[in-house]
Amino acid sequence: MSLEVQSPGLLTTVQDLGRSGFRAFGMPLSGALDPFSLAAGNLVVGNGPGAAGLEVTLVGPGLAFRSERLVCVTGGDLSPRVNGKAIPCWEGVLLREGDVLTFGGAGPGGARCWVCVGGGIDTPPVMGSRSTYLRGKLGGYKGRRLEKGDILPLGVPDILSPRGEGFAVPGELRPGFIEGPVVRVIPGPQEGHFTEEGLEVFYKSSYCIDPGSDRMGYRLRGPAVHHREGADIISDAVPWGAVQVPGNGLPIIMMADGQTTGGYPKIAAAISADLGLLAAAAPGDSLSFRRCGLGEAAAASRALKGSMDGLRVLLAGYRSRPVRSVPKADRGALRLHFDGGSFDITWEIIGREGR
Amino acid sequence: MASRRAGEDAPRLAWCGDACLMAEFGDAIDPRVNSRVLALGVRLATLAPPWLVETVSTYRSLAVYVDPWEGPRDEIEALVARLALSAKGEPPQPTGTFSVPVCYGGTWGPDLERVSGHTGLEPDEVVRRHSGGRYRVFMMGFTPGFPYLGGLDPALETPRLESPRGLVAAGSVGIAGRQGGIYPIESPGGWNIIGRTPLALFDPGREPPFLMATGMDIRFVPVTAGEFEEIVRGGRGVTP
Repeated sequence: MSLEVQSPGLLTTVQDLGRSGFRAFGMPLSGALDPFSLAAGNLVVGNGPGAAGLEVTLVGPGLAFRSERLVCVTGGDLSPRVNGKAIPCWEGVLLREGDVLTFGGAGPGGARCWVCVGGGIDTPPVMGSRSTYLRGKLGGYKGRRLEKGDILPLGVPDILSPRGEGFAVPGELRPGFIEGPVVRVIPGPQEGHFTEEGLEVFYKSSYCIDPGSDRMGYRLRGPAVHHREGADIISDAVPWGAVQVPGNGLPIIMMADGQTTGGYPKIAAAISADLGLLAAAAPGDSLSFRRCGLGEAAAASRALKGSMDGLRVLLAGYRSRPVRSVPKADRGALRLHFDGGSFDITWEIIGREGR
Repeated sequence: MASRRAGEDAPRLAWCGDACLMAEFGDAIDPRVNSRVLALGVRLATLAPPWLVETVSTYRSLAVYVDPWEGPRDEIEALVARLALSAKGEPPQPTGTFSVPVCYGGTWGPDLERVSGHTGLEPDEVVRRHSGGRYRVFMMGFTPGFPYLGGLDPALETPRLESPRGLVAAGSVGIAGRQGGIYPIESPGGWNIIGRTPLALFDPGREPPFLMATGMDIRFVPVTAGEFEEIVRGGRGVTP
């Protein structure tokens, strides 16, 4: 019931959907930088959407499985391989005991991926979450990034989990990767702190993600955005996706591990549905911003929710596909359609004749 | 807006993205403004609408975090606006005053001399005034469990260090301008450190993890180095 980290990769951490409920105390949310990708991968392997998986950054880890598990790698294509052989992303792949999952490297399809495992990564929750908060040295595996030799405990998979083997999330339900994305933002509470020219610069420029960027925030390089007066405000809450502009005029996008409060004016804030675009971007990549309204943000969120609901329906159908051979396992599950209703039936052999 | 009456006016509502609505009650550090922020937070938490994730209260605004997939935005705005009207800023529930033991000066408070030099007060007088005050936790942020304290004696006002320290010890009690604060975990920082508390303001394995909350009243009680060590040994202090 575990997997062993044979090599850690660049930055691999345990993440779930975050440690909400404590932001009032200064505790950042943390969690997967692309919540949709983590949740979708979890559904494929039979977990709830908020189970903990591994967030992989650019250079993937080597993971030796000590138990059989259905695995789904979502997010960007970092060329996942099992025992050296390429496996598809966004698809349920059954790994046997002893199989080794490695990554060949990031292609053009996004800088991060999420490894979801049937049963989830079962490190002890801290304040209700398994997410790693690196700066606070808590959550995840010992509050830190994975290192060679770490043994990660795995949870018990749902009995239907193996039935997701071979299920591929259809392309239209996957978030599209866009190089040099245009991130949709809603004008921020302190938009009025910037000059007309400053706002024009912000919305018309392409910005490059600085190498000093991390899970706390993306520092951007590009044309400076000028304030009307000083760059200080009375410290205020700063949500994930908020774009702060300090005195040097260079915007900073706050990410999942970002401080909960800050004293710089917020020129704009990314809509929830576009957080995945940010997660797919790496230092050195460029991005730009487009102003949008709450209506467009709501439509984008509805579309994501629709994708998630659609995925659930497809998975339920896939798992209940006819079984051609009698399974040899001593437990299993099937779905019966009878008299207008659907019935999930799980079975387990508790004894055999003659014993 | 000079004419804004801190106790009564409707807050300015502004979205910060599509999952956070900010209700701004003023643009000053003012206890009356802060108590309206807290009052709205309590009302929302009590009502607990299904789209509410959590709220964060700061000096002058309440950030209302909502589920990005739930709740029409105009309904959320309308409810927050309606609740804000009745959030008159009555004093928070009386919780008493929380006492924070502090060992002042020496290695525990390396900037006590600096504050003394800046204010022209003898170090003993700095300690007397600092521990004689009553403070209100106006907001929490920076690091998990860091309280921003209002109520500092104006005579103790001292600007931040010119260059911040790379590491400030957990428990350090600081002054920055007219604000007070306590570092819950070891972190970089530019505040004047005048003492240290043996209390663990934040312990993720403890229930509750945080000793302080926004709206709480606290005071500082001077302790000797011996008493400091005793509290740590007694298991009530910072984890070594």
